[in-house]
Amino acid sequence: MTAQLSVEDFSLVFRTRHGTVRALEDVSLSVERGEIVGVVGESGSGKSVLAYAVMGLQDAAARVQGGRIRFAGLDMLTASEGALAGVRGRELAMIFQSPRTALNPIRKVGRQIEDILRQHANLPGRDLRDQAIAALARVRIPDPQRRYEAYPFELSGGMCQRVMIAMALACSPFLLIADEPTTGLDVTTQAVIMDLIRDMSREARMSTLLITHDLGLAGEYCDRIAVMHAGHVVEIAPAAELLSRPAHPYTQQLLAATPTPRSTVEGLVSIPGQLPDLRHDLPPCRFSARCARHSPICDEKPLPWTSLTPTHSVRCRVPLWG
Amino acid sequence: MGFVGKRLLGTIPSLIGVVIVTFLLSHALPGDPAAYFAGPAANAASIAGVRAKLGLDQSLPVQFMHYIVDLAHGNLGNALTTGQPVLTDLIDRLPASLELTFFALVFAVALGIPMGVWAATKPDSLADHICRASVSVAAAFPTFFVGLILVYIFYFLLGLAPEPVGRLNEILYTAPPRVTGAYTIDSLIAGDWNTFRASLAQLVLPAISLGLFALAPIARITRAAMVQSLGSDFTRTARAAGLPRGKILVTYAFRNALLPVANVLGMVFSFLLGSNVLIEQVFGWQGIGAYAVSAVLASDYAAVQGFVLMMAVLYILLNLIVDLLATVIDPRVRFEA
Ligand SMILES: Nc1ncnc2c1ncn2[C@@H]1O[C@H](COP(=O)(O)OP(=O)(O)OP(=O)(O)O)[C@@H](O)[C@H]1O
Ligand code: SF4
Ligand SMILES: [Mg+2]
Repeated sequence: MTAQLSVEDFSLVFRTRHGTVRALEDVSLSVERGEIVGVVGESGSGKSVLAYAVMGLQDAAARVQGGRIRFAGLDMLTASEGALAGVRGRELAMIFQSPRTALNPIRKVGRQIEDILRQHANLPGRDLRDQAIAALARVRIPDPQRRYEAYPFELSGGMCQRVMIAMALACSPFLLIADEPTTGLDVTTQAVIMDLIRDMSREARMSTLLITHDLGLAGEYCDRIAVMHAGHVVEIAPAAELLSRPAHPYTQQLLAATPTPRSTVEGLVSIPGQLPDLRHDLPPCRFSARCARHSPICDEKPLPWTSLTPTHSVRCRVPLWG
Repeated sequence: MGFVGKRLLGTIPSLIGVVIVTFLLSHALPGDPAAYFAGPAANAASIAGVRAKLGLDQSLPVQFMHYIVDLAHGNLGNALTTGQPVLTDLIDRLPASLELTFFALVFAVALGIPMGVWAATKPDSLADHICRASVSVAAAFPTFFVGLILVYIFYFLLGLAPEPVGRLNEILYTAPPRVTGAYTIDSLIAGDWNTFRASLAQLVLPAISLGLFALAPIARITRAAMVQSLGSDFTRTARAAGLPRGKILVTYAFRNALLPVANVLGMVFSFLLGSNVLIEQVFGWQGIGAYAVSAVLASDYAAVQGFVLMMAVLYILLNLIVDLLATVIDPRVRFEA
């Protein structure tokens, strides 16, 4: 079986006035059908950039340096804009990080969902409204008939978040990219949304790339977790194993800095040092300046992947075990 | 419609201000209308007589009170130059200027908005630079100069345009019965196609000369607003949803860009109305611009006052319309109001 999504040795830079930002380097990752893969890492580690690249929605300043991204047999890096538009919304959907600005401010949220249904769902016109209301109801928006008529500015941030999720799930995509889908939601709603995503993964075999700061959440819902640091994927493993037996020093520090399962990486200050400046020349291991286990061998190029088990890989010269 | 009522109330302070300013302004004009009106053969006594008759010998506050009372009765005074009530003169001539300005704006919008949108979809491309350069060049020439060039080419050399003799060549056509005062509309109401075509033909060159000037601000604001909304998160969401390109461009990007564009359109319209003066001279257009010029030259207080007052009221009305339009475009505006 081939993966629903596969990212292979993908590198991407941003050309800016202040230099070239090496935002992603040799990123490899795959998501099988029905699988939920978590992506965790500090702010600025490149999670959103990766998500946009998978959608084919990179910023104009972005330049792909190498690698491949394949989704359902389609080469996302070379596909025409028309081919991309054909899969987006229907087979490939994304929940954006900032729901308030991600919605059209002057269009009723119900109409925005209808726009997607009209484009992809092949429904008769008179059913669109009912379907849009049903999509709102699915993400537990109270009083969906009334909320259909609301403009984004009339809704709370959490409510906008749910509208965003309703839009993404409206056409039952094959692959959902969820960039911090539940930040800003209360714990109950968060559970409802995550359960919905899990149900769709199990029942409709939807694949999910779940970007989150919340290690506890990732551990609870993900099948596998990839850890990102400064534009590298440094470790990837089944969720339970990654949390219980991390092999990369960074993963270990992330976990150590997360005292309770519910806390997020965001508010942490205890990881020593900070992310390197991606505009400068960087050592093969971008974590080396912050790493207590650093040894001369770490500076030898290239930095290889090590398979500790068939499902657990780490990108470190001196892993914690194995 | 509480919003309209509130906005109408909000215009009252500006109206009061306008009345005061126009009153003072016209008294600051150089020249003595009494002397002008009394004629070249007048002596000091007859000038004083005229002054008394016009009420100009009284103190400013008293004159102002008279002015207010007259205004309240819809009386803007009589124009010294035409001998008619100023209000009659203005109502007579305003439609000509409005019609010309409207067509100029239609021309500028029809060209400027697509140019701005096009440039915004390809920022910093050759197309973008060509758009920017051409609208800048169009704005750099004085409107009357452009008018003269166009007349020279299209009337004199090519013979494509009719003779620039004003709104209608009255030797060949008769003006339609007055309903709105705009010849194009009135001739349509009268069902007179020939006159309609003729008055439209007369409009083309002056409207283009005037409209070229408005092209730059309209194209620029459209481009800027479109670049912003094309780069916004919600446009990205629309792309992520696989919506068709046209839908993204119009329903998502352009509608969001419309608010600043509408604001600029309002400003451009009143600006064009004010800069009609020279174009009306070039094309023999019997509008308010030409009227204002002769009123100023004759130190005709009442006419100048009436003209400025009317322009100010038009300006306020125009702003009101733009504000109302804004509530249609953007629900947030309605909410804030
Ligand atoms: N358009 C851009 N131009 C230049 N640099 C960019 C651009 N977009 C992102 N970057 C850089 O790429 C890096 C990764 O950013 P990204 O948004 O992917 O982080 P993230 O992991 O999603 O963080 P967060 O958790 O805060 O959302 C950052 O250093 C950021 O400054
Ligand atoms: S490769 Fe070396 S420096 Fe990098 S994380 Fe591993 S031990 Fe630390
Ligand atoms: Mg992000």
